[in-house]
Amino acid sequence: MTSIISIARLELLIARRNLWVATAIILMAMFNVVLTVAGNAPTGVLGASPMTIAITSITTLSVYLVPLIGLLLSFDAIAGEAERGTLTLSLSYPLSRAEILLGKFIAHLVVLGVAIAIGLALTTAIIVSRHGTSAIEWGPLAALYFTSLALGATFLGLGYTISSLVKQTGAASGVAIGLWLIAVVLYDLGLLGALVTDAGGAFSKTIFPYALVANPADAFRLLNMPDQSVNMLASGLGAASSVTGFFGQLTSLLLWPVAALLFALLAFRKVEP
Amino acid sequence: MPALKIEHVIKRHGTLETVSDVSLNVEAGERVALLGHNGAGKTTIIKMVLGLMPITAGDIEVLGCQPGSAAARKQTGYLPESVAFHGSLTGREQLHHFARLKSTPLKEADDLLDRVGLAHAADRKIRTYSKGMRQRIGLAQVVLGQPKLAILDEPTSGLDPVSRHEFYDIVEELANNGSAVMLSSHALTELELRTDRIAILSKGQLVANDSLQKLRDLASLPIKFKVTATNDTIEGVNQQLGGQRVNCQSLELVCTPDEKIGVLSAITALGPVVKDVDVTPASLEELYRHFSRVEEQQS
Repeated sequence: MTSIISIARLELLIARRNLWVATAIILMAMFNVVLTVAGNAPTGVLGASPMTIAITSITTLSVYLVPLIGLLLSFDAIAGEAERGTLTLSLSYPLSRAEILLGKFIAHLVVLGVAIAIGLALTTAIIVSRHGTSAIEWGPLAALYFTSLALGATFLGLGYTISSLVKQTGAASGVAIGLWLIAVVLYDLGLLGALVTDAGGAFSKTIFPYALVANPADAFRLLNMPDQSVNMLASGLGAASSVTGFFGQLTSLLLWPVAALLFALLAFRKVEP
Repeated sequence: MPALKIEHVIKRHGTLETVSDVSLNVEAGERVALLGHNGAGKTTIIKMVLGLMPITAGDIEVLGCQPGSAAARKQTGYLPESVAFHGSLTGREQLHHFARLKSTPLKEADDLLDRVGLAHAADRKIRTYSKGMRQRIGLAQVVLGQPKLAILDEPTSGLDPVSRHEFYDIVEELANNGSAVMLSSHALTELELRTDRIAILSKGQLVANDSLQKLRDLASLPIKFKVTATNDTIEGVNQQLGGQRVNCQSLELVCTPDEKIGVLSAITALGPVVKDVDVTPASLEELYRHFSRVEEQQS
């Protein structure tokens, strides 16, 4: 246990001085502020609460940024140590590979938790200053926070897996960016393309709903969108919500972080320093 | 019980045998140097001793335990070849981390920073350190907790002579406190006075394993004499001693180790004519080349 804490502590020190991470966090905070401020104008027109609008915009943003920060924190975790020669050293110390991985994971999760909390706190502060404390909706806010963490944790685990398999920092960063593109952009485009060609056939009814929630980024998006906007976005995808629904989305977001960490551990076990 | 016992160890990667039947012991308080070309199998042996690489055949015991077992790792200090600690940490942060992993008081880490001469730079980022300073952090983490076995892989490559000297001072202190030290190197000259025993590896085989003196006797490489006289007397000296004139006042003689005393007394018998005598025994480089070559001829 002390080893895990010590590793987590060291990784926190490193992350605190990581320029990439700092940039990503500042970027996220800035976007949150801009989206909250800009999203406030059309309130009257749509008739939705300011919190709903803010959360909807921030969800769309987080789908891109949270996985990116997760991968930025993790792609270097094993490959970087292998390249610097510190991995051999760490493995000669009396601690297990699971402890090394868990220590890093805890530290990186804390970084993500702080980053997401800063963004959401700014959003809440802006809404309170404009609409008073009564405008706060704690439920959706907490849901957004914890699902963001789950999404980030998933990509941390996937990042460690890449880092263990590739073993070169440069190549690992390339694969990580590729994974990010696929998960948050190309996957949806592919599904959309399949839907269009299928034109309401068997694929749209049976495979598509599962394929949609199987991607943690999509599960996250669906889970945080208020019902009406989900229906608007996913018009014609009525099947998606009825087959998998809230339960499916939640299961996806709970299973992914665990699975990703297990992948990472399996891949890390195979690394011969 | 030796601190490190390597018995008939073989390592194969597919059909390639990188370590063939190596047996080597290191006792507590002993410093053993593992010498060899690049690819001779030094790092492979070290990784097997640390339990980072499986052994194909044979047996290794680290302080009576399996290599890589928790008990063995707790008592082993290791410095990898060309290790680069994370540049954005300070020396103190990095060493405190190692102290926590070894369950050693942080105070000891601070004292060690002082001991390796990094007290003034302890709170600076490692990326501002010179190569020598980085290597000292590496050595400090080995010494931390006074391990019973210390393994140093090419610890002084890239260090200047002064840093090397200080480095070996610390290694000596470690051995004096009862640690067994095994270090690999191909910087040969520095090892002559700084190790108790030298093991030479060539193509995965142990071709020599003894103290420097015994290796010299075994190889019986020629000893060189350089006798200096004056311009006028050198001709006479040359006639009496034989040998090769190198310039107008010196000559060089070569003899086997058992002729050494005879030659010396012949030189001193010449009396004040001789201005100076240099006696050079076979250097480690020559020994190393000798043993590596013997092995190649046999195989």
